[in-house]
Amino acid sequence: MNDLELHQLINRVPYAQTLGIQVGGENDCFLLPTKKSNIGNPTLPALHGGAIAGFMELSAMMYVLRHSNSEKFPKVVDFAVDYVRAGKYVATHSRCKLVYLGRRMINVSISAWQEDEAAPIAMARAQFLVKE
Amino acid sequence: MALDFEELLRFVDTVLTANEGDHFTTLGIRPEYVERHRVGMSMSYSDTLIGDPDTGVIHGGAITALLDTCCGFAAATVLVDLAMTPTIDLRIDYMRAATPGQTVYADAEVYRVTESVIFARALAHHGDREKPIASAVGNFFRMELALFTDMRREFRAAQKLKQSGQKSRGSDNE
Repeated sequence: MNDLELHQLINRVPYAQTLGIQVGGENDCFLLPTKKSNIGNPTLPALHGGAIAGFMELSAMMYVLRHSNSEKFPKVVDFAVDYVRAGKYVATHSRCKLVYLGRRMINVSISAWQEDEAAPIAMARAQFLVKE
Repeated sequence: MALDFEELLRFVDTVLTANEGDHFTTLGIRPEYVERHRVGMSMSYSDTLIGDPDTGVIHGGAITALLDTCCGFAAATVLVDLAMTPTIDLRIDYMRAATPGQTVYADAEVYRVTESVIFARALAHHGDREKPIASAVGNFFRMELALFTDMRREFRAAQKLKQSGQKSRGSDNE
């Protein structure tokens, strides 16, 4: 799937619209611009951990679609996230890496950062099941 | 000092519903029950949560957020006073797709408490725990209660104001 198709797909997925995810400038990167509805702590303010996890999970899903010929959504079997820094209310980026590409299972690692890619706010991995 | 569970329920309800337009109200997460070691929450079906437009199934990310929130507040039930317990890590296993149109319920429980870490797990389902949509296991950070002194003071002041407001409205009607 090319960037244009991916962009059109994001426009069709309501949850992607709710979060506000965008295809990032760089390959395999995605962007989550600031959006009030992703705030979990209004006093700091900080992003909701669930919004960060959702963004990373959705990034991995889009990444799998970008690298496959299928337009069917891959099924998430499990998803794990380590939070290391608070998610400030600023633009958040994600970068996906293919760890394993099998006939049925795909493993993707995802990092999320804000100002500095070397200082991620969260690291995650997702296992997808794909049907041939 | 012991935790007042009625006050904790009001606190959870305030965090989940008081800030219209934040991530909690956007997902529509509501508290169902709050007791020592256990918290239940629900999330109504909404078109805005759909992850697959062809089937109408909600996205796993919304369920992750629900389970994270539910486990996090379950962790807060073991403390001696109101405070937040940030998520250290979380793992979600998806066992079946959520049914379009149905409310998702989450039940979380704490299974181990240590000086610095609170261990919790949760199940997401449509009312039948034997048919889980997803399960979660997560670890939560037990921070110094003193860090939340301002948060508690503000919450209690707002609650007092709300109560006196209700009282004066009540007397107007008499």
